[in-house]
Amino acid sequence: MPASDPAPPAEDRAGAADGYGTPRRLWQGLDRHRPPGADAVTRGWRSPLRGPWLTSVFGAVLLATLPLVIITGLLDYAAYAPRFGQAFPTDVSWLRLPYFDWPTRPSWLFRLTQGLHVGLGIVIVPVVLAKLWSVIPKLFDWPPARSVAQVLERLSLLLLVGGILFQIATGLLNIQYAYVFGFDFYTAHYFGAWVFTAALVAHVALKLPRMVTALRPRPGRDALRTPRAATRPEPPDPDGLVPVRPGPPTVSRRGAVALVGGGSLLLAVLTVGQSLDGPLRRTAWLLPRGQDPGAGPNGFQINRSAAAAGIQAADTGPGWRLTLHGAGRTVTLDRAALLAMAQHTARLPIACVEGWSTVQTWTGVRLRDLAALAGTPDPASAHVRSMERSGLFRQATLQANQVLDPDSLLALRVNGADLSPDHGFPARIIVPALPGVHCTKWVADIDFRTDG
Amino acid sequence: MADPVARLRATYGAGPRHVLVLLLCFVVTGWVVLRLAGEATAWRMLLWFLGAVIFHDLVLFPVYAAVDRALRGVTRTARRPAASGGDGSERVRLAVLNHVRAPALAAGLLFLVFLPGLLGWGAETYRAATAQERMPYLLRWLAVSGVLFLVSAVALVIRWLRWRTSERG
Repeated sequence: MPASDPAPPAEDRAGAADGYGTPRRLWQGLDRHRPPGADAVTRGWRSPLRGPWLTSVFGAVLLATLPLVIITGLLDYAAYAPRFGQAFPTDVSWLRLPYFDWPTRPSWLFRLTQGLHVGLGIVIVPVVLAKLWSVIPKLFDWPPARSVAQVLERLSLLLLVGGILFQIATGLLNIQYAYVFGFDFYTAHYFGAWVFTAALVAHVALKLPRMVTALRPRPGRDALRTPRAATRPEPPDPDGLVPVRPGPPTVSRRGAVALVGGGSLLLAVLTVGQSLDGPLRRTAWLLPRGQDPGAGPNGFQINRSAAAAGIQAADTGPGWRLTLHGAGRTVTLDRAALLAMAQHTARLPIACVEGWSTVQTWTGVRLRDLAALAGTPDPASAHVRSMERSGLFRQATLQANQVLDPDSLLALRVNGADLSPDHGFPARIIVPALPGVHCTKWVADIDFRTDG
Repeated sequence: MADPVARLRATYGAGPRHVLVLLLCFVVTGWVVLRLAGEATAWRMLLWFLGAVIFHDLVLFPVYAAVDRALRGVTRTARRPAASGGDGSERVRLAVLNHVRAPALAAGLLFLVFLPGLLGWGAETYRAATAQERMPYLLRWLAVSGVLFLVSAVALVIRWLRWRTSERG
């Protein structure tokens, strides 16, 4: 406050000094009326490791990783081409990235973004739990607040903690096919992410200076070099993270950090396999996508079985026809006619929103050849429909770049063999960097459009 | 009082940046709440959101803290160190504690993260998505956990042997 200002009333001056806001009586009274047991709880926190340094280490790790999880999550929404109304939830108003054409190159783009989103999301679980452990005494602080500012900040922390736990829980349940929550996963996870992100931005804006100060190197206090026996509590901090009556250390700070890092490493080892091919895939031992999908050219993961999609053998037999709609023209082809066209082979990943992916060798007709055949060599988009009778993903709209990429195929064969029924026989779409569910299986017709 | 910032600090309890940042946070949240209010399952979402916090803070944390306290009791590491600053037996007891703690935490972590698969939830969704039958991985989890405890025990024995050798030498 500038020196020229008139002296503030005594009440205000005291308010600034002892941290009580207005109405002071309320906050002071709250402070005085300690519920039974509050002191015992305060004295009960014993770990000498708790303090600004440890909290800041976990905070720094999360500050470096969470933005990646958030951005890859938003990119994955964009990969579904929301402008065609086919990203879920469909109605998100301004809470999304600006529309842009999801690229087809590099072909492993979606594999990378979604693999990172799910993989990193799993790997940081121990860090999140450790961070919460380090600050949990704050939850039982008395008084819970000394001003309106603190009430609001605590409310934002509820959004922060609820947000991260909600996102972790729904995400983990989704990739393991346990829809026990009884609401739409896409809606909940997407909007949950925004609530969490907003609370995270607020938390970082308010706490970043604290973190920087706590992590500033200090001579003689290098926590990562201090063994257990020399581990001491930090000096009392303004946030009250350091316990009033610390017990003896049972582990050093570096030991605690190593323990949390080890947990992350263990999860990484048990997760990365779902994005690898070959024998290493089985290392995802506790995840659905680390399981043996069977042998042979069609022995790789699917995301929907022919039985679940209601595809009958009669639908895919000799009577099957592919219908192409173009500029004023309709072309009908059977599988023999498609096989008689120029065939192209491409090695492309199929990557799922659940984070798993696999690279296979696909053979079929280029989508751009089919577009030309339908009289629309330069389409603005292509609408692909499956023979599936139900399901959110029985149709998909492809952008122009996705139709025209030389590796974008209506695949008829994979790894030198006909597609199996579960992989979309008689024909399926495969497009570089396109989310797996938009690589429509059991294709019935394709509508090449010129009007976007 | 002339300085509005000082006045804000005295009444509200923090500066203008605090107001602005939290306002932004609550505007986004408020918008999401308005958007979701029309959903039939909005209450369930709220229940899970708050339930996740309650589960972590009032169930998971107390449970693992209590288990750790029990472990410290069993290994007699709960009390303050001897005046001598910790003798050899104290070191061994702490090592035992930590070599149980680490694999126990890892096993607990794996259980939480892979819970649906371990218990075989969502068998029907699983079949539709993979064309395979869901086989609960509980035994696999037990195997992984067993290996972790074993590795930790072997490491403890090696440490203990090295301490003994160094004490004799």
